[in-house]
Amino acid sequence: MARFVPHLVLALGACVMLLPFYCMGLTAIRAPSEIFDISLWPIPEDFSAGRNFAKVEERVPMGRFMLNGVIVCAGILIVQVATAVPAAYALAKLKFPGKALFLALVVGALCVPMQALALPLFVGLAKAQLLNTYFALMAPFFLSVFAIFLFRQSFRSYPDEIIEAARLDGFSEFDICWRLVLRGSLPSLSAFAIFSVVAHWNDLYWPMIVVRDTALAPPPLGMLYFSDAESGADYGALMAGATLVTAPMVLCFLLARRQFIAGITMTGVK
Amino acid sequence: MTSLDLSPLATIPARQGSRRERRMMWRALAFVAPAALLMLAIYILPVLVLTGFSVTDYQLGALDWSVIGLGNFERAVSDPVFLRALVNTLIYAALVIPLGVGLALGIALLVHGTKRTRGLWEVAYFLPVTATLVAMATVWQFLLHPSLGPVNAAIRWLGFEPVAFLADPALLIPTMALMGIWQVLGFNMVLFLAGLTAIPKDLTEAARLDGAKSPVDRFLTVTWPMLGPTTMFVMVTTSISAFKVFEQVAVLTKGRQGSETLLYAIYLEGFEYAETGYAAALTLIFLALVLILSVGQTFKLDRKVHY
Repeated sequence: MARFVPHLVLALGACVMLLPFYCMGLTAIRAPSEIFDISLWPIPEDFSAGRNFAKVEERVPMGRFMLNGVIVCAGILIVQVATAVPAAYALAKLKFPGKALFLALVVGALCVPMQALALPLFVGLAKAQLLNTYFALMAPFFLSVFAIFLFRQSFRSYPDEIIEAARLDGFSEFDICWRLVLRGSLPSLSAFAIFSVVAHWNDLYWPMIVVRDTALAPPPLGMLYFSDAESGADYGALMAGATLVTAPMVLCFLLARRQFIAGITMTGVK
Repeated sequence: MTSLDLSPLATIPARQGSRRERRMMWRALAFVAPAALLMLAIYILPVLVLTGFSVTDYQLGALDWSVIGLGNFERAVSDPVFLRALVNTLIYAALVIPLGVGLALGIALLVHGTKRTRGLWEVAYFLPVTATLVAMATVWQFLLHPSLGPVNAAIRWLGFEPVAFLADPALLIPTMALMGIWQVLGFNMVLFLAGLTAIPKDLTEAARLDGAKSPVDRFLTVTWPMLGPTTMFVMVTTSISAFKVFEQVAVLTKGRQGSETLLYAIYLEGFEYAETGYAAALTLIFLALVLILSVGQTFKLDRKVHY
């Protein structure tokens, strides 16, 4: 008996945790007439998923929002990796003047949340006439001090003898950094990639500041436009929209659970 | 002859060495340059500009502005909206930190005791962490709807009066905290599970032999002290994320009925009302609060990786 009590408690808790997902999916496939039906029976009388999802696309360009999300997340991740990997390699394995200062700046910047920099960055982008562009959506995130810190820790454990041998074999520093050392840190790279994509797919604050043009909105901002416009009338379509926005990250999580948990929990900097 | 031969042999490698070293140094600087330039543009200049704005009455788009010293900070401490936002954020944090940490510890202890079903519980409790909060806040809005939502249906079924979660001003912040706790639980649970796995089994066994018979005794003598650093880390990350609460306000109330939080008040002043100078001062106050919390976190992060 005592063995079942923990499972029972966990199961009850899990039901509460999953209830929003269940109701979201259920309402997304129910007809509007069934909205007053508070039962949680999974099979709707009138299967209306097609109608609800079609309505989302009718009201707001949800496909466009998702595409924007993909463009922004990919752009940010590529520049983050391209700038952080060489900097981390130099910090871990090379000597240069100002190294200690640069490392101190990286650690200091780890403490500064993006929201604290939003105002001057916004004014700068406004002065440069760059608001309402993909560039404005991505630019503040081009440097990930977290990536530099993480990769530096990981690169430091790479054996110096192999680097020295590669140099003697005529490898360039570029090749050593990208083809040898980074290959030894692929778990860190994939964990960081997941962390970055999840953080920027779900981010609302910055897009809300720099984008006024519906055509450029990433999924969370698009979802906000949609729920504001709907003002609580058509929950079937709203829940269909929420399902679309949430689905990519949830599906990736279900497919790559271990890497996901590693990626998100490697940092408290959420 | 020999001395003439020896001197070049002795100097050439040294000169080559220093030339090579210098070349390596330039290579290293080239590797760091892009990140260093971005550091300047994204962190250093903005922090300086922000500090500069905070002592002016600059409004975005205005042609003239003047330095007003600490005027913006004086305005902040007597601004009822800002003070309300600060109090709301503190109430939110006071709900999310103990419940988000305490419940997560409880769940982690239970999950740690299971074997075959562990993966299942991890998925169930971690799922909200990955979900887009804006979308899920819309779902919660529906769940808590006074007449259509299943939560109030359950409350009515139990024989109570329906609760106006999203209409009663006194309940707005607690309702947002409910969503915050729901989202942060899985994250904290995973951190606690990692901490629990790191506790050596022999310690628990030794405590059992020393007379710590009940699980509660063993928890108090071994698990809780050993979890100290993890608990500290979880508390700090939870408080930082609590101070950044924004999405729930944007979806549910837009700050109406006195439900602004710190970040939402800053958003309104800086980006809706274009009160750049005043918003900069508020941002500095927000930054100071977060820095106090995160200095501890960075030390922890550093130590976790070094040792």
